[in-house]
Amino acid sequence: MGHLRGKLLPPALAIVFSLLLCGVALIISGANPLSAFGAMVSQVGKGTTLVDILNSTGIYYIAALAVAIGFQMNLFNIGVEGQYRVAAVVAAVVGGSIALPTGIHTMVIIIAAALAGAAWASIPAILKVTRGVNEVISTIMMNGLAIGLSAYLIRRDVFGELRGNNIRTPEIPESGWMPGISFGGSGTMFGFIFVAIALGIGYWIMMNKTRFGFELRASGESSTAASAGGVNAKKMILVSMLLSGAIAGLISLPELLGRDHTFSLNFTAGIGFSGIAIALLGRNHPGGIAFGALLWAFLDKSGLALDNVGVPREIVTIMQGSIVLSVVVAYEVVRRFELASEQRRVGRELGTVGGAA
Amino acid sequence: MISTLEEKPHIPAAPRKRKVPGWAVAMLGVAGAIALLSITSYQTNFPQLTSSGTTQTAVRLALPILLAGLGGLWAERAGVVNIGLEGMMIMGTWGAAWAGYQWGPWAALVAAVVFGSLGGLLHAIATVTFGVNHIVSGVAINLLGAGLTKYLSTLIFLPLSNNPRQSPPVQSFDTFSAAGLGDWLGELEADQRLFISDVAGILRGLVTGVSPLTMIAILLLPLSYWLLWRTRFGLRLRSVGENPHAADSLGVKVYFHKYVAVIVSGGLAGLGGAALVLNPGQLSYLEGQTGGRGYIGLAAMIFGNWRPGGLLGGAALFGYADGLQLRSGGETVLALVYGVVLLLGVIVVWQLFRRKWFSAAAAIAVAVLMYLLYISLDEIPSEFVSYAPHMVTLAVLAVASQRLRMPAADGLVYRRG
Repeated sequence: MGHLRGKLLPPALAIVFSLLLCGVALIISGANPLSAFGAMVSQVGKGTTLVDILNSTGIYYIAALAVAIGFQMNLFNIGVEGQYRVAAVVAAVVGGSIALPTGIHTMVIIIAAALAGAAWASIPAILKVTRGVNEVISTIMMNGLAIGLSAYLIRRDVFGELRGNNIRTPEIPESGWMPGISFGGSGTMFGFIFVAIALGIGYWIMMNKTRFGFELRASGESSTAASAGGVNAKKMILVSMLLSGAIAGLISLPELLGRDHTFSLNFTAGIGFSGIAIALLGRNHPGGIAFGALLWAFLDKSGLALDNVGVPREIVTIMQGSIVLSVVVAYEVVRRFELASEQRRVGRELGTVGGAA
Repeated sequence: MISTLEEKPHIPAAPRKRKVPGWAVAMLGVAGAIALLSITSYQTNFPQLTSSGTTQTAVRLALPILLAGLGGLWAERAGVVNIGLEGMMIMGTWGAAWAGYQWGPWAALVAAVVFGSLGGLLHAIATVTFGVNHIVSGVAINLLGAGLTKYLSTLIFLPLSNNPRQSPPVQSFDTFSAAGLGDWLGELEADQRLFISDVAGILRGLVTGVSPLTMIAILLLPLSYWLLWRTRFGLRLRSVGENPHAADSLGVKVYFHKYVAVIVSGGLAGLGGAALVLNPGQLSYLEGQTGGRGYIGLAAMIFGNWRPGGLLGGAALFGYADGLQLRSGGETVLALVYGVVLLLGVIVVWQLFRRKWFSAAAAIAVAVLMYLLYISLDEIPSEFVSYAPHMVTLAVLAVASQRLRMPAADGLVYRRG
């Protein structure tokens, strides 16, 4: 039980702390925090909010899985942001320019997106493996380039077309869409949510039941021990980075296949960075990530209600930021506390109190 | 078990003697760069490459990058990786606008430094005291900085400017120009003589429309160098970044120096934000104004091998590419590709001279590729020019990552005891 407490206590503490912090911020800015939080909770039952939250949860879930694969072996894929952007525009261009039977068309778009994401991730991966370039810096640079590339690809003289005030790629024909589940007036749930769930299950199986997952986790725990055990570190870096990029490529597909059917200037940015936060919150565990994604989606979508009670809804972003920061601090504090108590226990058993370690 | 005694003690190779002092190398580099630009502008018929207007814009755009890079330098020299520069810069832009529209530009500077330092303080608490991974804390601070400024702008700027994404206009600094010198240089520039006119154009751009902020930023660079490399405090700070355990055993207060470094780092990043807000073309806070310049500052620092001189070079290069694109568009930037071909030509000769056949062959291949690019395109798409820093950084990292040397304990969590 103590094991479970060590895992659940930090996020709970972090959320309570962030709630308090934002409550204080709201009081300072002259609003009533209770009515603000109340408005957010009651918003869930209104209109399409609940379905929006579920849709958004799915998207965040995929993003966090992509980040988590890298985190498992201490690889910081900050580049999820760029990978899903490039994948989105490639998938939209591919989907809009081919005609295939229903189903196969969708599959081709999904594969194109995954390949594009993996290809974009392969550049920092290759640089790291062959030249020893730190992946944090190179993926940050790739994020910038991704914005440039996507802006170039939707230029009117390249692949884009002008529709109203918006530049976008040609629309994907209906054969390439992925049908959702309609709840009438409460909105439509993306069909891709089920793919997200399948990805989560696949991730769990890969990490816990396969040799690759074991080697991945071993490399994360101790790269020297892993390489002594015969794990090829370079291969692991390359494969996990490509896998992370491929999953990152799927992030935009729920919206692309289920609602937008085109890549335009209204593209939802920033999901990659949220994915990092959610993976940290969920400690790379598929269940924990699901909880984190749900929390993130709830804050995002219910935050819209805050405008009605006269509170800027950006308070939600502050809350998200403070949750990430306080959860990592909480994990660290709990880890130190457990380490100290472990040392004391060992010291007591050996009869040399305080002399352990 | 007996360990093998044959293991030889590791003897570091004796450092190569530098025949030429550092400042002379820098001067040669600057002269070489100007000569290269001058030949390029003569051959491609684009006098804009070295015009005073371009230089002036380049300086203006290089300032935020330089200041953010300096911030990165301070933090990383003390062993703390600061990805949060972007978030601290965003906080700086907000602080500058908030104080700037009420009490003028000097107050804007102070507020920007204070706001940025607060971000730095947060980063220091998380990474130094609590031992959180530096990248994680940085990412969190970027999220937090963006959220905080959005919230505060909606709360405070919306009633004033009717726009939650923009502040009311901020009063600008008075700028100074060396009028007599500038006119004389202007005449020289208009003559269009090879090299002389180019130098005159660049100099004229440097002495026209100089704001106090430009002076401060330029002065902060040698000041940082002096503090970090020529004082006792700086030696201690850098020792903390190289080997905190050894520093601690010598009585250096590791936590204190890390805290100071990261807070200063945040303040400098915040000042970089103020440079964006007080830019004559803008003069207000705009959401998303930083546009990743915190990251570019970090890139400039890496480009400069964690040294202030190199950092200045990186910031100048990135600011120049940006300024050129802004002033005269993609076809002028294409002329720069021609310049790169010339530069590669020089490198090929040098590598052949040093009998490094492989490097020479690689340089020839890249040069041919660049030349093909130059003759086949009409202009560089504007979408890509803004991301020139990113490409240059990736190229530098790919080619020279083995020769770059970052502080030895950079990014490692240190815990006393």
